[in-house]
Amino acid sequence: MAIKVKIPTPLQKLTGDKSEIEATGATLKDILDNMEEQYPGMKERLYSEDGKLRRFINIYVNEEDIRFLSSDKTAVKDGDVISIIPAIAGGL
Amino acid sequence: MPDTINRLSRVTKFDKSVISKIGNTPLIKIKNITKDIPKEVEVYVKAEWYNAGGSVKARPALRMIQEGIKTGKLGKGKTLIDSTSGNTGVAYALLGRVLGFPVNLVIPSNVCQERKGIMASSYNAHLIMSDPLESSDGAIKLAQEIYDKDPDKYFMPDQYNNPHNWMAHRDTTSKEIWEQTKGKITHFIAGIGTSGTLMGNTRGLKSFNPEIKCCAVEPAEALHGIEGLKHMDSSIVPGIYDPTVFDEKLSVKTETAYDMVLRIEQEEGLRVGTSSGAALVGAMRLAEKIDKGIIVTIFPDSCQECDVAHGDFHL
Repeated sequence: MAIKVKIPTPLQKLTGDKSEIEATGATLKDILDNMEEQYPGMKERLYSEDGKLRRFINIYVNEEDIRFLSSDKTAVKDGDVISIIPAIAGGL
Repeated sequence: MPDTINRLSRVTKFDKSVISKIGNTPLIKIKNITKDIPKEVEVYVKAEWYNAGGSVKARPALRMIQEGIKTGKLGKGKTLIDSTSGNTGVAYALLGRVLGFPVNLVIPSNVCQERKGIMASSYNAHLIMSDPLESSDGAIKLAQEIYDKDPDKYFMPDQYNNPHNWMAHRDTTSKEIWEQTKGKITHFIAGIGTSGTLMGNTRGLKSFNPEIKCCAVEPAEALHGIEGLKHMDSSIVPGIYDPTVFDEKLSVKTETAYDMVLRIEQEEGLRVGTSSGAALVGAMRLAEKIDKGIIVTIFPDSCQECDVAHGDFHL
């Protein structure tokens, strides 16, 4: 099943400037694996060397932070929308 | 925290003397994290959260507003509008409350709740949320769109392109650093966001002594989590940014900056934001390369109002 994934601007170079893509899978990890197949380089930007999601990456499933769900084991279903949102930049 | 917000929101008139509490911040020596570098190398940090408004951004905000008032661009009936990722917004909101003009702030919706609370509930600013996926660049574009629709209504300081941003640092921060180090500073290093802090201090310090080496710290990657800093190659480049002004640019990974934030808290007793962590990583890299010198960096804000978990609660 296809799940919509919203892509932050810094990662849109990998998706050919697309701000929204579709990926398939039953869990968030499946979705991220599928995104890596479609757009190589995605996972190395989202995961740290120890295989965990990087600390400053916020991922939401239907606006619910996955930290409060089951991290990348969170189940997803058709119609869900995933958003990948880094901490903000600006200032100084 | 909610109690504080409610209490302050009932205050109707702020005393203008709060403006005198912008500038003249302390210079603090880093004593423990530096224990393995040569004894003749000293590292100092400018504690910018001592400014009214709680951050380094009070300086350029005040200067740009004063300039707006002086030139008549911020006259009666005008509303200040600008994009911000937090600290400048808090400073604008405070100054709007003190000087008596309305403030509209365009911020990415993922700015932390505590900062939104200070801007809106404490200081009555009107917040307009931009797309979090577009980060600070999305806020810049939206603020410009709103301004362009009704330019007569607004005064837009445009911190990314306003030379008074960096001039504030040339005329205040760099002078304070020069005096506080008794003219002995050899290296200056600061993070780049609008680049105002780096541009102004570099120009100011080099006018005192052209031999002072001035360096920039930027996030190592386009996708990063160092709040306040910009990765220039993948962002809208601020008009005030001039890479020929400073000597060297150092890249810092987000995780390295976060780890340093924790060390600063545990070893120096200072609770600071992530941009301060990145700044000290840069300062320590410089310190490891020299045998003798005085390095100064900027700690833009504290972490008192914005308790960052640094992702520690990932499952």
